[in-house]
Amino acid sequence: MSLGLAACGGGDISDTTTAGGDGGASCGDLRIAVNPWTGYVSNAHVIGQVAKEKLGCNVTYPDVKEEVGWQGMADGSIDTIVENWGHPDLVKKYIDDAGTVEDAGLTGNDGIIGWYVPPWMAEKYPDITNWENLNKYADLFKTSESGGKGQLLDGDPSYVTNDEALVKNLKLNYQVVVGGSEAALIQSFRSAEENKTPLLAYFYEPQWFFDELALVHVDLPKYTEGCDADPAKVACDYPPYALNKLISTKFADSGSPAVDLIKNFTWTNEDQNLVSKYIAEDGMDPDDAAQKWIDDNPDKVDAWLS
Amino acid sequence: MSTATVESPGPAGPASGPNRVDKEQQPYVEVQKPRRTGIKLLVLLAVWLVLYAVFKGKMTKALGLQDTNSLHQKLNDARDWVQLDGKDNWFFGGVLGAIGDALDAIVKFFQELISIPAFPRPVPEIGWLGVVAVLAWITYAVAGLRSTLLVTGTLLFFGVTDQWSNSMDLLIITMLSVVICILIGLPIGIWMARSKAASGVITPVLDVMQTFPPFCYLAPLALFFGIGPACAMVLTIIYALPPVVRITEHGIRSVSPTTIEAARSLGLTRQQMLRQVQLPMAKRTIVVGINQCTMAALSMATIAALVNGPGLGKVVVSALQTLNVGVASVSALCIVLMAIMLDRTTTAASERGQGRSNVGSASGMGVMLTGVVLERLPRWATEDAGRGQRLPRVTAAGRGFLLALLFVPAVVLVLLSRQQLNLATFPDVSETPVLKWISGPQLAKGINNFTDWLVSGVDTYTIWIKDHITMWFIDPLQSLLSDSPWWLMALVLLALAYVLGGWQPAAYTLACEVIIYFTGVWNDTMVTLSMTLIATVMTMLVAVVLGVAMGRGRKADLIIRPFLDAFQVIPPFVYLVPALALFGAGRFTAIVAAMAYSVPIATKLVADGIRGVSPTTVEAVRSTGSTRWQMISKVQLPMARESLVLATNQGLLYVLSMVVIGGMVGGGSLGYIVVSGFSQDQLFGKGLAAGVAIAALGVMLDRIARYAAARYGR
Amino acid sequence: MTLTADQPTSDTSTSGEAAVHVSGLWKIFGPKADAIMKSDDAQLSRKDLQEKTGHVVGIRDVSFDVAPGEVFVVMGLSGSGKSTLVRLLTRLIEPTAGVVKLYGEDITAMGDKALLDTRRRRVSMVFQHFGLLPHRKVIDNIAFGLEVRGEAKGGRRNRAQEMVDLVGLSGYENNFPDQLSGGMQQRVGLARALASDPDILMFDEPFSALDPLIRRDMQNEVIRLHHEVGKTMVFITHDLAEALKLGDRILIMRDGEIIQIGTPDEVVAAPADEYVRDFVSDVPKSHVLTLKWVMRAEQPGEVDASSPVLQAGQIVRDAARVVIDHHGPCRVVDGDKVVGVVDEEDILRVVVAEEGLQ
Repeated sequence: MSLGLAACGGGDISDTTTAGGDGGASCGDLRIAVNPWTGYVSNAHVIGQVAKEKLGCNVTYPDVKEEVGWQGMADGSIDTIVENWGHPDLVKKYIDDAGTVEDAGLTGNDGIIGWYVPPWMAEKYPDITNWENLNKYADLFKTSESGGKGQLLDGDPSYVTNDEALVKNLKLNYQVVVGGSEAALIQSFRSAEENKTPLLAYFYEPQWFFDELALVHVDLPKYTEGCDADPAKVACDYPPYALNKLISTKFADSGSPAVDLIKNFTWTNEDQNLVSKYIAEDGMDPDDAAQKWIDDNPDKVDAWLS
Repeated sequence: MSTATVESPGPAGPASGPNRVDKEQQPYVEVQKPRRTGIKLLVLLAVWLVLYAVFKGKMTKALGLQDTNSLHQKLNDARDWVQLDGKDNWFFGGVLGAIGDALDAIVKFFQELISIPAFPRPVPEIGWLGVVAVLAWITYAVAGLRSTLLVTGTLLFFGVTDQWSNSMDLLIITMLSVVICILIGLPIGIWMARSKAASGVITPVLDVMQTFPPFCYLAPLALFFGIGPACAMVLTIIYALPPVVRITEHGIRSVSPTTIEAARSLGLTRQQMLRQVQLPMAKRTIVVGINQCTMAALSMATIAALVNGPGLGKVVVSALQTLNVGVASVSALCIVLMAIMLDRTTTAASERGQGRSNVGSASGMGVMLTGVVLERLPRWATEDAGRGQRLPRVTAAGRGFLLALLFVPAVVLVLLSRQQLNLATFPDVSETPVLKWISGPQLAKGINNFTDWLVSGVDTYTIWIKDHITMWFIDPLQSLLSDSPWWLMALVLLALAYVLGGWQPAAYTLACEVIIYFTGVWNDTMVTLSMTLIATVMTMLVAVVLGVAMGRGRKADLIIRPFLDAFQVIPPFVYLVPALALFGAGRFTAIVAAMAYSVPIATKLVADGIRGVSPTTVEAVRSTGSTRWQMISKVQLPMARESLVLATNQGLLYVLSMVVIGGMVGGGSLGYIVVSGFSQDQLFGKGLAAGVAIAALGVMLDRIARYAAARYGR
Repeated sequence: MTLTADQPTSDTSTSGEAAVHVSGLWKIFGPKADAIMKSDDAQLSRKDLQEKTGHVVGIRDVSFDVAPGEVFVVMGLSGSGKSTLVRLLTRLIEPTAGVVKLYGEDITAMGDKALLDTRRRRVSMVFQHFGLLPHRKVIDNIAFGLEVRGEAKGGRRNRAQEMVDLVGLSGYENNFPDQLSGGMQQRVGLARALASDPDILMFDEPFSALDPLIRRDMQNEVIRLHHEVGKTMVFITHDLAEALKLGDRILIMRDGEIIQIGTPDEVVAAPADEYVRDFVSDVPKSHVLTLKWVMRAEQPGEVDASSPVLQAGQIVRDAARVVIDHHGPCRVVDGDKVVGVVDEEDILRVVVAEEGLQ
């Protein structure tokens, strides 16, 4: 809606009450769940901004954790999740069994989860990137929180993780310590590189922060199909994720023009990192950041709307 | 010159020997009975340490973060059933569903009225100017001019910081919850005051409601009501209801028995007694209860952001995730201002046109606590604060006329705000001179810069502190508690409860231990217990130092109290942001956050106790030539013992309720399990069990502390 | 009290120094007290000053001396400043101006340490509401002053036990104060004050919270103790009967100023103003007045060597029997010198006047 422009003029409200946009089709509410990492926020606000500007939707962004978002789609309080990382258990429960949620296609982003060290460490200890050498360096990673073992820093409690089982099954002399959030992880990497202090942490791509600091992936035993079937016995690296979108069945059946937009939405890791950087590093408002990218990439946006 | 003796006897009279007191009733002679608690505790500790050394690390019942037991699985299955089949169930789908839908609809109605666009309008029905005008008019009608200025200023601040819509949402959730709390709580409170049986049944329920950390019922509530405004409202109501009920009961019960007797002698019926004597006399106390309810609702409505409740809490949550101290602070500031606004307005409204009446006269913990929380917000904004009384008052008729007169511009402004866009949405002030400095982004940026500067300056010291406290206190205690076999810990706690408080707390302890055992998170509970104990001890150290300073000196009180007030209304997870910035993730950070939450209440209670030491005693002690230190250590602290115990007790419960939140910043153990239970599908049951374990731990510690306090009360 | 009728001054030969010396003592309450003290506002009346500056005069220019061993009573209605006055004597309240000396030591000029020491060793106080420590046993309350000044546990326990016996509380050592009656609690207060063996005892309305009968007992207790230990006492009360009963001299205050200082009979017989007159109007005069106040000049031949001899300092009531039995004028002497005569009529005038009042 053009409220932002109109506000400057202080014009009469009756001038602007018609739902703006070119589509003309009535869109209504669109409730996009927002999960706690910046890459997700980029997806959500780019889709949201397009839906608002082009389709005239009334977009809201409930901040929820992943699992809660699924639950929200099931009970009708959320319409869509726009970056989903696997969750086979939830897929079974909500898509296969209950049928309250539908897959809405890939986002085009390839997801990687893994363990990373700051660049200075990879340089100084070149063999650290192989998990078999991790025990050799465990002492380096000791902190007050890790109880005499090496520390492996994890993210938000809601993130997909096998780390504890991995440490146990790979017989690593490490202790998983929960850092709390994406921002906490980034801050830790930043100060580790700056002060040349050791750090081993859970992290993921796509991730804008790699442009600032080229973190180095630590290779775990190679992933093979099904090696992570039993969460308690998992002893292999995380699978490559093809990130996808989800919509609630109810919303899919509502006939909203936003359904097609969400299904059509796809972009690259670079695209997402760019928007994420606008938000996280440049401190832009997510809507402004999304709008900036939309303005710079009209072709891609048009493709989603066709 | 001699004086006469009016009565006969001189020195030779029978004025010597103990038989001289025969004119008064002879009190019984106290016989000392030695308890030897110290020795018993030492023996207990010695046995414990020996067995710990022998069995260290065995039978600890440790459970991995991602591991679950059959109880957790069963809870998961129950959850799945509710999610998948609940919709067709008459209760879950029918009753709860209907309640949820109704609440959602009410919230949405008010949101479209003042905070979010009322589709197809691009803006709410009433714009900011109209809202300010109406709220100011209402405040003037019920409270007075000072409050009106406060309300207007606060509302404008919301707009200037670009938090108008979020602030209105928070206000809506809070006020609606309060209204519902009053509708439910008042009748229950009255009923409890008039029926011993009702009181006996409901009081323990309220106890549990207040011990259960709110985070623990986030997950089940989200399950029943779905995420969104309805869930936020239910959450807030559950949390804010107990104060109304309790204080209403207390208010009615503390109406003086003489008055009741006199009224009965006039032949009043029970109904008349309630309407004409008890309720009017308890009115002021009840208003205090409503005030408390409002404050509790505000803080819970903020946390409700975690279940997608609308309001400022959302901003705080996302700021926490991006470690944005500035944004968190700006919204915290808005919340604090809203708290002050609500507190002052309700207080002023209750004081208007009413003489002073006592807020109960009974003594005891409840009242002490009420007294302290009453003091939670600065008095400067009160109507009648300072020299207000001297001013001639506007007569009632004059006020009525003035109000009617002012109603017209208020309505005009509402209409204007419906028509004019820049009166509907708050104008962007980031380019306006002067105002731009307090516009949201600018303010946040300033605070961020300051924080960065501060953190980079002190982080070597803070990390040093963290490392050493962790190494010397947290790790050893945690190891002692969590590496002892579970049966040893169970016995130690039982013995401790028995030695300190006798068989009743031992019985409570046993029951709680059984519950904790079956939740399957025994080991995590012990870790949590060790952190809780350390946080409580540290809280009390700080609280005693600050409380003594405040209790002894008016100046210290004036300086410290506003900070405590502010800390009490800031939603707990706002503390996490700076704590994280200073100390990094870890158990110590969680302890610091817990302290930030519990120190204010504990400090106020200690200060109250110190101030409550009778001035005569203080003077008598001064006259004996005591030094300041002797005064504090031998007189003021021992005499304030009841307050110290209460402060410890409250501090402990506050710490415990922060344990969950501490889980978000590396606190680990139960808090982390609750949080992850809320965010990972397969951990739902375990999170719920951990919530129960926290509550059981709380009840256990509370009971031991209470009975020990009663026994060693003097 | 004592019937020995010694003028307090007569036995101060030890040093000639006053036990308590107060001169030009002022207390103005309020933040700008010092400034007001220096300005002319200090001369305003209490009411005017309060209206003008918001400050309250507690004590206005008070001077007096208390002799060693004397029982000095300060009397006045509530608000007259008497409690303030007694607190100024040990600087529990800081004076605005003036000098207080205890046995020659200038309290007002003392450093903190010396002041503490004075409070610990030289002066003790007994309070209206006892000021006991509810968390300590009787014995520990009594020993508190000794503990504060750092005496060893054994020594202070012994001393405290002596005091327990002295005030008649034997057997209650291990009780807590709230298990005792009001009178017994005040005995504890008294024992605590005595325990440190001070030179001066100060009583701030110690008995006004007690029942009348208990109060009488406690007054007698004070008299007895004064006899046994012979301390200088400064005693605050609002009860005239108590003042007359205990005081060697009485200071009467109003609005922070001294109205009159005198012996009980002086106060009763020659009130300084209407205020005091009003105060003493219903005092049983025969119980207070000495013959000095009722005697008249001797008329020639009225008495002879056979007439009974009475001391001028004798209380009217005590002399009444002799006078009435004699059926004629009796001689009143001060020392060896005959200073006047009294007869039945003189005595009856006092007694009857009283009857008429009641």
